[in-house]
Amino acid sequence: MIEIEHITKRYGDADVVSDVSFVVQPRTVTVIVGTSGSGKTTLLRMINRLVEPTSGAIKLDGRDNRAVPAYELRRHIGYAIQGHGLFPHRTVAQNIATVPGLLGWDNTRTDTRVNELLSLFQLDPATFGPRYPHELSGGQQQRVGVARALAAEPNVLLMDEPFGALDPVIRAKAQEDLLAIQKRFGTTIILVTHDMEEAIHLGDRIAVMDEGRLIQYATPAEILARPATPFVETLIGTGDRPFRFLSLNEVGEAVEPGTAEGEALPASATQRDALAELLWSGRTALPVEADGKPIGRVTVEGLIRRAARPA
Amino acid sequence: MSGRIAFDKLGVVIAAIAACGVFLAPFATFRANRIVPGDAKTIFEALPSWAAMTLLIVLAAATIIALLRLALPWRLAASMAALAALLLLIGLAANHLTPPGNTYARVSPASGFWLLNFAFVLLAADSLTRLRLGPVARIAVLAAAALAVAAILYSGSWNGLSILKEYANRADSFWAEAAKHVTLAIGSLAAAVAAGIPLGILCHRVPALRDAVLNVLNIIQTIPSIALFGILIAPLGWIAIHVPGAAAIGIRGIGTAPAFVALFLYSLLPVVANTVVGLAGVPAAANDAARGVGMTASQRLFKIEFPLAFPVILTGIRIVLVQNIGLATIAALIGGGGFGVFVFQGIGQTAMDLVLLGAVPTVALAFAAAVILDAATELSASNGARTA
Ligand SMILES: Nc1ncnc2c1ncn2[C@@H]1O[C@H](COP(=O)(O)OP(=O)(O)OP(=O)(O)O)[C@@H](O)[C@H]1O
Ligand SMILES: [Mg+2]
Repeated sequence: MIEIEHITKRYGDADVVSDVSFVVQPRTVTVIVGTSGSGKTTLLRMINRLVEPTSGAIKLDGRDNRAVPAYELRRHIGYAIQGHGLFPHRTVAQNIATVPGLLGWDNTRTDTRVNELLSLFQLDPATFGPRYPHELSGGQQQRVGVARALAAEPNVLLMDEPFGALDPVIRAKAQEDLLAIQKRFGTTIILVTHDMEEAIHLGDRIAVMDEGRLIQYATPAEILARPATPFVETLIGTGDRPFRFLSLNEVGEAVEPGTAEGEALPASATQRDALAELLWSGRTALPVEADGKPIGRVTVEGLIRRAARPA
Repeated sequence: MSGRIAFDKLGVVIAAIAACGVFLAPFATFRANRIVPGDAKTIFEALPSWAAMTLLIVLAAATIIALLRLALPWRLAASMAALAALLLLIGLAANHLTPPGNTYARVSPASGFWLLNFAFVLLAADSLTRLRLGPVARIAVLAAAALAVAAILYSGSWNGLSILKEYANRADSFWAEAAKHVTLAIGSLAAAVAAGIPLGILCHRVPALRDAVLNVLNIIQTIPSIALFGILIAPLGWIAIHVPGAAAIGIRGIGTAPAFVALFLYSLLPVVANTVVGLAGVPAAANDAARGVGMTASQRLFKIEFPLAFPVILTGIRIVLVQNIGLATIAALIGGGGFGVFVFQGIGQTAMDLVLLGAVPTVALAFAAAVILDAATELSASNGARTA
């Protein structure tokens, strides 16, 4: 659990982060969104004390983060910095092995972990391990940056726009990988982005920042249904709102009894994908199947009802 | 398309220099003894006719290859053949010109010989540069050249040359002064590195200190060396008298101590400045990431900042070493020893050969140091073995 209590950071006379408080539950993904310069990075960096707050406190599992030396604290908090920040004079494998090295892991354990992480990020250890960062593409560098942050199996992972340099295809893949890793290791993740779509997709909760203040801290559904201010509304984009809303839930939850013609949709697809498929194929209903067995159908009217603003 | 042959531009220059060397300038100088003015001898006067012919044919062939746009290995081979012919035959010229049994006569290479060498060293250097040899290969070429010169020296075929006659007269003191020279140059460098790198790190961490330190070092750098020796006499003399044990380890107002201190002071600026520049050039993201993963300040310095700044620091060390090897000649003026001893003795006696005995090894050492350190810099800059 991460408790952020009345955190303020002032540079000169400007409050870059201003009296921000919220609590992050363990094993969840919290996404901080906001426009450029809204203080997202600064807030994130106060958690691992790369920036010292002007006032307020941050507690990790009940312990003030100033209770241990900063370097000690950081070894147990993964941090993927904005840009990749890889060490240019060290190979990919050496970069990933940095924190295990600082923690004094033995070589076998470190090597196993490095290979495991590289494979997890679809980078062949034999090919990519010995390469230097400048011999990788931007997207590969970013993935190595995330792998380095995860190397010592931290309970908490801070990520600053980790998928910024990725094309939409790789980006979607990387997001799935991250969610899979999060489930597997039960990591508590705080991720910064300025992409609302990414926030809705990844976040269990979203913290919206504007000019240093926390405007809203809620689940994606809540943010979409009841944006706290016009600013949050702009950030969501009113044009996409119903579709984003549908993207939060699976088709399985919208199944109605009955049958329909055409190729069946899997129950795990999002309702947004289902609506898109219905509109594109010009049908009013499609069958839905789970584990290869038909379980009913999904209709345009049913989805439209679900896309409406909740009361 | 015009039917004319396109000549290599550098080849034209080389041909012009070589033509001057052959037709306009003397190949060797003959003197009845070591201090009288000499008689200039052309290639045909200085060499037996078969040797003169051979030399001309080799030089002509090499010049033609330089003029045509042939592949680089050909050009390199041509330059090597020309240089080998020149180096071997100058020794022969000495034996040919010296009357049998005469130990006073002196034969030395003259301007034509130097011009020809210059022309074909130019060709060799150009070919080597364009071959883009890696650092290890360049050191290998340097080692091969050094071995070749050593072999010629060992074979005795140059023993008739004036510079080697000067050497023969003072073989013992030559090696003693050589040792002093190298000790002065490298010792002061080592001291400057030991003091300069920490000072540079300090300047990097404390920006207020940086400008002050660099300004002071800049001023020291502009003091002429002789003046610096003069300035050092008083304080070192005082230390010798008042600090117990100082005189015993050789600290004196004149001699090796002030020379060492002066070279040390001159060395500080390049070392400190390059350390500062190198550290400032470390990518901010790498530094930030180092802090983010939980490195302590000293881990960050030794594992990240220093390795990344190292190639730049090494460039500073290269500047210092080459500069020190040259400057160490001045040490002889205040009794500090080194190759300068021969240079200044030679000037005093108007014996040019003796001046060369001091100057040639100095230049050779500086050149070798430059090649080796350039290669080392390149090795350390390419992502190399140097990771923790
Ligand atoms: N060390 C500093 N000194 C002074 N001002 C700073 C410092 N670091 C950040 N700021 C200012 O604080 C504000 C917030 O910066 P921050 O990096 O947290 O923004 P961000 O939300 O991460 O933006 P982006 O999306 O562009 O990364 C900016 O206006 C920035 O100029
Ligand atoms: Mg940022």
